[in-house]
Amino acid sequence: MEEILQQVINGLDRGSAYALIALGLTLIFGTLGVVNFAHGALFMIGAFVAVLVSDLLGDIRELGSADDFFKLVQVVEDPTQTDFLGRPLSVETSYWVVWFGENFGNWLSDWSVPIAVLISIPIMIFIGWAMERGLIRHFYHRPHADQILVTFGLAIVLGDLIRAMYGANPIQTAMPESLSGPVDLGVFLGYDVGTITYSSWRIVYFFFSMTIIAGVFAFLQFTTFGMVVRAGMADRETVGLLGININKYFTLMFGLAAAVAGVAGVMFAPIQAPSYNLGMEYLVPCFVVVVVGGMGSLPGAVLAGFLLGIVQSFASLPTWKTSLVERLGLDDGNLIANLIIGVDQIAIYLIAIIILLTRPRGLLGRKGVMED
Amino acid sequence: MLGLNKKDFSLLLFVAFLAIAAPFLLNPFPASSSLSFLNAGYPALMQLFAIFAIVLIGFNILFGLTGYLSFGHAAFIGIGSYTAMWMYKLLNFNVIIAIPMAMLVTGIFALLIGWISLRRTGIYFSILTLAFAEMAYRLSYSVLTPITGGETNLSPDPVNDPMVLKSEGGLTVPHLFGFDLNAKTTWEVGSWSFTFEAGYYLCALILIISFYIAIRIFRSPFGMMLRAIKSNNQRMSYTGLNTKPYMLAAFVISGVYAGLAGGLLVAMDAQAGAERMFWTESGTIVIMAILGGVGTLLGPILGAGAIKYMEKILSSISESQLHTWLGILPDWLEDAMVYILANFFVGHAWHLTLGLVFMLVVIFVPGGLVELGQRIGNRFRRKKPDTAPSGETTPAE
Repeated sequence: MEEILQQVINGLDRGSAYALIALGLTLIFGTLGVVNFAHGALFMIGAFVAVLVSDLLGDIRELGSADDFFKLVQVVEDPTQTDFLGRPLSVETSYWVVWFGENFGNWLSDWSVPIAVLISIPIMIFIGWAMERGLIRHFYHRPHADQILVTFGLAIVLGDLIRAMYGANPIQTAMPESLSGPVDLGVFLGYDVGTITYSSWRIVYFFFSMTIIAGVFAFLQFTTFGMVVRAGMADRETVGLLGININKYFTLMFGLAAAVAGVAGVMFAPIQAPSYNLGMEYLVPCFVVVVVGGMGSLPGAVLAGFLLGIVQSFASLPTWKTSLVERLGLDDGNLIANLIIGVDQIAIYLIAIIILLTRPRGLLGRKGVMED
Repeated sequence: MLGLNKKDFSLLLFVAFLAIAAPFLLNPFPASSSLSFLNAGYPALMQLFAIFAIVLIGFNILFGLTGYLSFGHAAFIGIGSYTAMWMYKLLNFNVIIAIPMAMLVTGIFALLIGWISLRRTGIYFSILTLAFAEMAYRLSYSVLTPITGGETNLSPDPVNDPMVLKSEGGLTVPHLFGFDLNAKTTWEVGSWSFTFEAGYYLCALILIISFYIAIRIFRSPFGMMLRAIKSNNQRMSYTGLNTKPYMLAAFVISGVYAGLAGGLLVAMDAQAGAERMFWTESGTIVIMAILGGVGTLLGPILGAGAIKYMEKILSSISESQLHTWLGILPDWLEDAMVYILANFFVGHAWHLTLGLVFMLVVIFVPGGLVELGQRIGNRFRRKKPDTAPSGETTPAE
């Protein structure tokens, strides 16, 4: 039981990321009818906003690669200390420390990732808005294949822009120190100390994503803006006939979807060090999530996101796999035994295939969306 | 001739000429000249041109004729490579066994994947093929390591592998009935040097045959049927026709082409790795198809050649070369330009250029290079746009 609970919780952070990206994908698909292959790239850009902001706020990393590019650090040669060659040691101090004193400066660099969330929202909305205005609006009347292709091209371009700036290696970003330790969740549920532990940042990530998801749903449900958008998703033409310029609303929704993917990426940066192909890595599972949840269904995307995250974490649990292999009486080198052990690699694709074949509309898909 | 009309036959002759004369055509600059980096007439590179042209010809039969966008085609190349490699390991290095077996095994996989994927259309089909390809990639990287070699790639081991058909002292490199495929002759003419390799000519021959078969498919009733499915699948069903077998046949044919290419890759360089199956590789195949021109006969060959050529040229340009070219500019501008170009567009960053070119093509010339050629041709000839003949596929109805 504890083990099962532990795996459920382990699946939550990945599931949250899936849910947030899939939510944005579905928003774009539901409003604009565009399959956005560049959405993973938006997630990746969000993660690099975190890297950029923590550089600017004086997070002094040891990696010393191409990423010191935007660093705001004062380099002073300290004659009292010497390195191993006997030269005076150069000491790097963040300008924030120089300008605002030790306490505030260190606090800033410690909390750089949460600060980056705030900074990333306008940046991501702008990027999303620019993408829609500049590129995607010209593709509404072209076939789906063309939309896939042009956004796929855009994803390559964005990924390689980031690679040109930050290099190909993953870049570590620190989480706030007070949130970096583990939390003993089992104690709250009445288990012994140490049965269920979990990194506190991952808990933060889970609650953060729940807040964002709730915020998006509340925005769509309770504001006039959201009402117009929902009406437009249901019947674009009629809304247009009522004299509402639905395109403006939809452009903003694209910006919002980009922002959701962006903040998901910012907060994910401490969990998985981002590299330029982070977007490509998450895009394919997120398409699977959208399809499993049902194209065009927002609750479906969220549900499927968490579900697949948890499934993946279960599939990587070794105990049941080894016991299954033993029960079947297979020896170690056997191919089927190998397949069972490696099922975590392919679990979500298997589920996607099964769902697509048995329930083509997905878990919560509406009738008539993308059916032919 | 050969069951083709005059136009198609001249197209076939054109492709045959391109393939056979490639060592000359791709080596226009003397080896010592400053433009020699534009040369591409090296056997290894020309093999890639031919092999990817074969993949693309097959992909075009699926995507061009039926409009089904497969995002997992690279998996078939990988399966073909692994099969051919196992033929080397188990039997011998004769490609006459390895390549047909690669086609056969890939065909079986394509039949299976196609049978499942084709139950859905549109974006769902793309995602299903993507999911299968991802599964193939991940499995061959992790748990299928005994079969695929995992991260260390699969390569033949002449000492420990059974190789039951190999005679005593037989060749331990890919060969065709004892004829070493790596055999080269170099021909020096003035300051030019042309290299002819047996392996390349095998690829070229297979390319010509593949192209011929593709023309026959395009012109056959079967090809017509595929095009009819593309233009209106529903109507085809309403006329009482079961479209599924036709689609499946097209999928398997294009898979077999990819398997053939995978086998050829292993025939040229005896190792097979899982990175050939990653989904961005499938994406590159799609990019090549779009760049060349979807649904045209010549497009796939042009697209494959253009991308592989771009890859070679762009990734070989170095910073010092840029400095020599931009030397006439004022120094500050030269440095800035070189910095931007070297970091964002050439060398290891050539993917960015590829992405940009691809986007521009999708936005402005959806018909790819073939359409571009037709537009330019029309401008010069001042004809009506509809009557352009070059490489176009309007069937003779």
